[in-house]
Amino acid sequence: MNTVSALGTDVSSQSRTMQLALAGLLGLFVVGFLGFSHMEVVHNAAHDYRHSMAFPCH
Amino acid sequence: MSIFRNVVFIAAISGLLAGVVLAALQTYATVPLILKAETYENAGGHEHVAAPTAGTEATAPAAGTEAPAAQAAAPVEEEAEAWAPADGAERFAYSALANIVSGVAFALILVAVSEFAGGIANWRQGVFWGFAGFAVFTLAPGLGLPPELPAMPAADLGARQIWWTLTVVATAAGLALIAFKQSLPLAILGVALIVAPHIVGAPQPESHESPIPADLHHSFVVAVTITNLVFWVVLGAVAGFVRNRFMSEPAPSLNGRLA
Repeated sequence: MNTVSALGTDVSSQSRTMQLALAGLLGLFVVGFLGFSHMEVVHNAAHDYRHSMAFPCH
Repeated sequence: MSIFRNVVFIAAISGLLAGVVLAALQTYATVPLILKAETYENAGGHEHVAAPTAGTEATAPAAGTEAPAAQAAAPVEEEAEAWAPADGAERFAYSALANIVSGVAFALILVAVSEFAGGIANWRQGVFWGFAGFAVFTLAPGLGLPPELPAMPAADLGARQIWWTLTVVATAAGLALIAFKQSLPLAILGVALIVAPHIVGAPQPESHESPIPADLHHSFVVAVTITNLVFWVVLGAVAGFVRNRFMSEPAPSLNGRLA
């Protein structure tokens, strides 16, 4: 398996997993906030975006 | 944190590009249909937070009868309601911003997950990753919960959000089992995971009766699905291209496992 050194050479497998998980979670958090937040202001600002991305809206 | 930084770098470039493409496509393909649907909404179909505006009234079929009442009510509503961008340039700007930010966020997810699988080796492999993202985030949830226009009836919002999320997770897990575990039982489990949310079924409204004409909704479903397909393909392809050019370590060959 060559995956450990896929993006940067001398990183431990555990640290690599942590960093990738962190990046993925950051993305999930932002998508969740934009698409799912019940805050009125967020809903109104991203209204057309939510409909156009087929997020459940209203 | 070099890996984290590299992932953010790839995601920023690919997400920015794909988000700009998506914002442009939406402006021509989906937003006009949303504005058209709002004219039915403001004509008394269903309560909604968006205040009636000059732009929608001008095209409203019932503008002659409804507009004066709406205008009279507007100042009162605005005091009670949360802030919303003004129609026109401001509304477009916030939609474009949301698209670009979400483009980068989806890219973060795509790049992070693909790195767990060894990394996207080139733009062609990226296209297949993009197809997977489209299947997970648009196609699968869209089967049970088709893209909605304003004023359309829908089940409880919380229940739909939960179904949407579980469907995305199950579809992603199912695709991963099929693509990366070279095992027949796990592939069968993967198919079962993809099918399961649709057997459970998405929360549906009590009645599908809607002021929105069926052909308008159909056009919207097609427009949303196709614009999202282009978004995901661009996102995956650019991510694959960028990762290949800008990173010091090449992605390992997947030995024909994917693309």
